[in-house]
Amino acid sequence: MASITIGLMDPPYESANTPTAFRIIDAAIRAGHHVNVFLYEGAVGLGFSGQKPHANPVKGTTAEEEDHPNPKDWVSGLFALARERGTRLDWVNCGLCVDERGLEAQVEGARRGSPADLWKMAEASEGFLFISTR
Amino acid sequence: MARYLSIVEDAYRGTVEEQDDTAVWFTHALRNAGAEAGILLRGSAVYYAVKGQDTRGLRFGTRALTGAPRLDQDLVACIRKSVLVYLVAEDAADRGIPEGELLPGVIRVPRRQIGKLVDQFDRAIHW
Repeated sequence: MASITIGLMDPPYESANTPTAFRIIDAAIRAGHHVNVFLYEGAVGLGFSGQKPHANPVKGTTAEEEDHPNPKDWVSGLFALARERGTRLDWVNCGLCVDERGLEAQVEGARRGSPADLWKMAEASEGFLFISTR
Repeated sequence: MARYLSIVEDAYRGTVEEQDDTAVWFTHALRNAGAEAGILLRGSAVYYAVKGQDTRGLRFGTRALTGAPRLDQDLVACIRKSVLVYLVAEDAADRGIPEGELLPGVIRVPRRQIGKLVDQFDRAIHW
């Protein structure tokens, strides 16, 4: 069992980097690894609990039919999987980035931190990957 | 009435979360509102016109995706509503996409004719 630290920067709903990163995190947890995730800048919105599903007027579907995949639910799903597998998922938001955006309301399990946390987590990890925005 | 052309180049931007491409969705919404509209796929966005895409089965942790995006079918829905859908032929060829893999109704445009195509529209939005 190894520890992996992943940094993300893209906000939700903006980039294919997000599902790619979530797939990596999912695969690592399924393989039994501990995963640390540091959310920087817009990525702190991924765990924002105020996200709401909506209907799709172009497709004519209801909110229930759409089952809109809010990334906050993906984060919660990853926490649930980590509990099932007996691994640890640490979800650390850049606190100043949260303040700038007013995104203090986060899903259960997310915590506040700083770039120093990223450094400490990376130092204690066997693997490190930072996916910055372009 | 002005004609609008959406030039879609920034592909796969949030498509999993949105369950569609936001530029195609926006153009479809313009059409629903009564606008005359077209879509030009270029760069990696030409993949949207490949038939039979299927992203089902994706899951993150315990959260499975029940409404995966169907980008090809979204284009089909646009075509059914008389939205003209074009793609840059060379951009498809560069990516090894044979013509037979493309959705029927999608119009292939040589790169050198993009200027002429844009001239057929009054307003362009480059996504």
